[in-house]
Parts: sequence; structure tokens; C-alpha cells
Amino acid sequence: MRILLVDDETEFVATLAERLSLRSMAVDYATTAQEALALIEEHAYDLAVLDMKMPGTSGLELQSTLKERCPAMKFIFLTGHGSETDYITGSSEASSYLVKPVAIDILIAKIKEALGKW
Amino acid sequence: MAILDRIKPDFLKSRNISTGPFRQMFNYSRIWRWAMLLTALVTLLPLVLITTLDYQVTRKSIESEHLLRTLRVGSNAKRTISYFLSERVSALSFIVRAKTYEELNDPDELAALLQNLRESFGGFVDLGVIDNSGVQTAYAGPYALQGKDYSDQEWCKEVRDKGFFISDVFLGFRKVPHLVISVRHTRPDGSCYILRTAIETQKFNEILTALELSGRGDAFLINRQGVIQTPTRYQKAIFEKIPYQVPEFSEHTEIREDTNPEGQPVIICSAYIPDSPYILIILKHKNDMMQSWNQTRIKLIGFLAISITVILLAIFAFTTYFVNNMYLADERRLMTLHEMEYSNKLASIGRLAAGVAHEINNPLAIINEKAGLIKDLFTYTDSYSADTRIMGLIDSVLSSVERCGIITKRLLGFARHMEGTLESISIGNIISEVLGFLHKEAEYRNISVMVNLDPTIPEFTSDRGKLQQILLNIVNNAFAAMAIGGRLKIDARKDNAGQISVSIADNGCGMTEEELGKIYEPFYSTKTKTGGTGLGLSITYGLVQDLGGRIKVASKKGEGTTFTIVLPLQPPTTTGK
Repeated sequence: MRILLVDDETEFVATLAERLSLRSMAVDYATTAQEALALIEEHAYDLAVLDMKMPGTSGLELQSTLKERCPAMKFIFLTGHGSETDYITGSSEASSYLVKPVAIDILIAKIKEALGKW
Repeated sequence: MAILDRIKPDFLKSRNISTGPFRQMFNYSRIWRWAMLLTALVTLLPLVLITTLDYQVTRKSIESEHLLRTLRVGSNAKRTISYFLSERVSALSFIVRAKTYEELNDPDELAALLQNLRESFGGFVDLGVIDNSGVQTAYAGPYALQGKDYSDQEWCKEVRDKGFFISDVFLGFRKVPHLVISVRHTRPDGSCYILRTAIETQKFNEILTALELSGRGDAFLINRQGVIQTPTRYQKAIFEKIPYQVPEFSEHTEIREDTNPEGQPVIICSAYIPDSPYILIILKHKNDMMQSWNQTRIKLIGFLAISITVILLAIFAFTTYFVNNMYLADERRLMTLHEMEYSNKLASIGRLAAGVAHEINNPLAIINEKAGLIKDLFTYTDSYSADTRIMGLIDSVLSSVERCGIITKRLLGFARHMEGTLESISIGNIISEVLGFLHKEAEYRNISVMVNLDPTIPEFTSDRGKLQQILLNIVNNAFAAMAIGGRLKIDARKDNAGQISVSIADNGCGMTEEELGKIYEPFYSTKTKTGGTGLGLSITYGLVQDLGGRIKVASKKGEGTTFTIVLPLQPPTTTGK
């Protein structure tokens, strides 16, 4: 079980990765889309937690690219922009939309729900 | 005053907005006054002019018709009197031609002639023959006048010169008014004698009294000196002088206007009776004469007054109606402008709130994760996991982050709902959200808020942003009306008609009847000094209508106010455009 975190806020994404690691999850993080694409070449990820807005790209665009490479991958979106329903734009690929700041327990619950196990 | 206020058109009640970018387009009071004035002028001026013209023409026509009629009566009377006199003069002339001097001096013959004259003409009192020296040589009649000498009398000389003579009316021996007619006849031997008769004036009077004269009209004879010769109905007695100037001689019947001794206008028709000392006078009071005109005049003035009243009322009604509609249209335009401005402001606030929330959310997420990590590290390290103080501090940081998160989410929600979309709504959630905005103020001012929710209320379709704004405006007003320690009670229930009814009751300062009647008017505010725009409830009213609902208010000064909003489960089809 491997999870990829992508967010341009390094402090946020690094800390979140460490917290998930502490909960025995295999987690990598990237702060740009390029880093994320590089990581996907190295590892197989089951789920990606993506920031909705990043410099140069959006979470939805990155999701499309990742989906092409790993069709089985699940996605959770994080955003600082609105409530959970703001970004329902017809993409059925996303399992959940969460607004920052999010409680770790809720995030873990969503990850479990997305992966349908644990 | 209350009735006057009720019928007073809206534009007269309005307070003129003289400042700010949104003014009324016109001064409606002035437009109304000018429209009234000009319309009244244009419609009434021709009416008044025509009526005045008609008034003058009718008056003159009636007046001249009366004058003409009087003139005609005068001329006819003149002819009758003239004929009466000349008939008697001719009778005497015939006698002196038909009878010899000797025959006339025969008492029996003279008495027979007098009898014939009385029977044929009437009015003859006596008959006498006066010789060349002026002595009455023969006499038939009631008096002993035979042998009476008339030689020194004026008329005796006049009859000798002129051939005949008609005297003024005088009383004579019997104290009965009569006149004398004398004719001269020249005998074949060149000497002349006079046939003289006295005639009673009764016939005159009959002619004059037979004239049809309306009102206080009078007809009588005067002599050339203005002395009355026949009885009058309303003037002075016989043989007194008339109180008017004697008319100047004219062959024709004349008419003139004068004033009587009482100062009233009179019409005097005069005619000199030919070959006599008499002047016929017909005297009429002008007011009597114009009586028929007075009735016509009253009708004319009444018609004018009624017409003016009807026209003025119609002008007032139409002008007020049109100007009021213009005013209301302008008010709606202003209201729309203000609503747009208000919406723009709200949208700006929404965008600002969204921006701020987004900017804060990211550092907040970092704080959340960092504090979470610290907690994780301590949790997974046995020596710290038991330290309740450190764990308490971290939990406190995380709890504060969660609170901040709720605030930013609410701000984002507020911004999102400004767009106006229909969605399924729980009234309980909306009330909680609205109260969430005012939670701190309620705490500071010790205001207790009670919410009573009917559990059977289903979720319903409505515009979340509009509903939030409606409740926020009303609750805000309730907070402003309440003092420290106030009580706000919100009841939401499903009514019998299947609609959702939300009532918001405060125990604030309340409103008077007069204030209550104006609360939905735009720009009406009791909070102008504290920044009230007077638009809150006006917009609230519009929003409730947009959602297909109704709003009611009940208030009592000093006791509190209750607003009740009734909303349908399905909004009208136009909502959410």
C-alpha cells in the first residue's frame, strides 16, 4: 500500500507525510507535478492525495496524467478554496474532496474508504 | 390627519434623496403642480372665455329684446292716445262744419249733440259755444256755465290762433280730472266762434292700465312741465311733478336709462303725443325687466361652476395617477440600482472572504499538521504520552486550528452562496449557520437565543444564499433592537398548508403602528445614526418574494417584534435566475 502526496506547500506535505508514516503507511511526497511524475516512475502508488491548486498545474490536470499512467490509482483532493462540494466538476475519479485544514483522522478514514480495505 | 395621509399620493410623502449617486430623476411634487396648473389652464381658459362671452351676449340680447318690447308698447300706446284725441277733435270739427252757429246756440240742439257724442264716443261731460268775444253763448252739461267769459284765458287765445286746443288735465268744478278740447270755426261773415267740450280722463286711464307691464312697470302721461296727468301705480300722485328729467322733444318714441330716487336703475320710454301737451311715459325697473336673465345667469354660472369642479377633479385624479406611477417606476429603478449595488457589495465581500479564507487555510493546514506531528511524536514516545499538560496544550492548539477552520469554511460558504442556486436545504442548518455569525455578539451582550425546531420539517428546495441573507437580516435587526440580556426565540415548524414557517421573536424596543407601516419602504431606517441604510428589510421583503414566500410582522412598542416567514417547499420557477 503506497500513497503519494502532492502539494506545493512543502512544510505541509512533508509534515503530513511524516504523520502518515508514523501510522505505518508507505508515503512519498512531491511539491510539484514534475516531482510527482518522477516518483510514479519509481514506485507504484495505490492512492494520491492532490492539492487542487498548484503553480503551473491544477490537481485535476495532474490527476488525468497520473490516471493515464496508473489507471487503478485512487485520488483524494485537498483544497484551501472552499467546502467539500465546491469542486465537484464531473470528475468521478476523485474519491473525496477535503478542505484544509483537515483532521488526520478524517483523512485516514477517507483513505481507507477509497482503498476499500484496512 | 390619518385619512389625509392614507389618500396622499406616494410622491408627496417621499423624502427627497438629494445626496448620493442615486437620486430621483425628477422633482415629482413640482411636476405634479405644473401638470395640474397647465392642464387646468388649457382646459378651463377656453371654457371660462366661452362662458363669459355667452354670458355677455345673452345678457345683451335679453336686455335689447326687453328694450325693444318696451319701445313697441310705447309706440302703440302713443298711437292709441293720439288717435283718441284726434278722434274727439275731429268729432268737434265735424259738428261745427255740419251745424250753423244758430243751430248750435239752440239749447235743445246742443243738448241732443252732447247726448249723441256721449253715446258715440263716451267721456264727453259738456258742450259749449263761445262767441267771438270769448263769452259762452250756449252750454249743455251739468254746470251753469252759460254766459261765462273766457276771453282772458290763455287757451282761448291759443285756439283762436291754432284752430284747436287740447288742455292739460285739471280737476275743474267736480274735482274730477278732465281735459278740455276746443275747436275754432270761422263763419261765412268772417267772425269766428269756439266749440268747447270737457272730456273725462277715465278713457285715458283705461288705455294706459290696459298696457301689459311686468313687475313694477308703470305707464302714465305727463305734461311738458313734467306734471303727472294720469294716475300712476307706483309713482307720485296725479298733478305732482315726476322725479325725473322731462324728456327732450322727439317725434319718435325714445328710450333711456335713468336711476330712480332710491338709486335703482330704471328704463324710461317716452313719446310726445302729437298736437297735445302730453308726453307718454312708460317706466320699468331694470331689475324686474332682467328677471328672466337672472334665472338664465344662475343656470349659466351653475353650469360653469359644476364644469370647473368636474374638470378639476378629473385633472387632479389623472395627474396624480400618472405622476404617482412615474414616481413609483423611478422608485423601482432606484431600488434596483440599490439592490445591484448591495449585491455587488456582497459579492465583493464574498470574494474578499474567499480570498482571505484561502490564504489563511494553507498556513492553518501547516499549523495543523505541525501540531499534529508534535502530538503524534509525543503519542508514539512513551515518556511524553503520559504528560497530560503537554498533550493538553497540543490539543488546545489543534482545537483552535479546528475553530479557525470552521470560520474559514463558513466564509467560503458565504461567498459561494452569493451566486443564487437552488439546492436541497435543511432549515435547521441554515438557522445554525446564521446564528454562528452572531454567536460572539450574543455572548458579549448576554443575549439568550432559543431555537425550537419541528422535527417533521423535511429538507426543501430553495436558494441557500437568499435564505441565509433573509434570516441574517432579521436576526441582525432583532439584535440591534434588543438591550443587554435580551431574548431571541426562533421557531420553525411545518404549517397545515405544508409550508415552512419560521418565526423570529425578540423582546427588543418594538415599533409603533406608524413605523410598522414603513419598515419595507426603501431608505426608511430608525438606525440612520448608527449606519443603517434603510435597505435591509426592503431587500429582505424582495428576497422572500423571490423565494415564493410571505413575510409578516407583528410588533408592540416597548415589548418586542415578531417576524414570520412562510416558505413553500418548492420555490417558484423564476427563482434562481
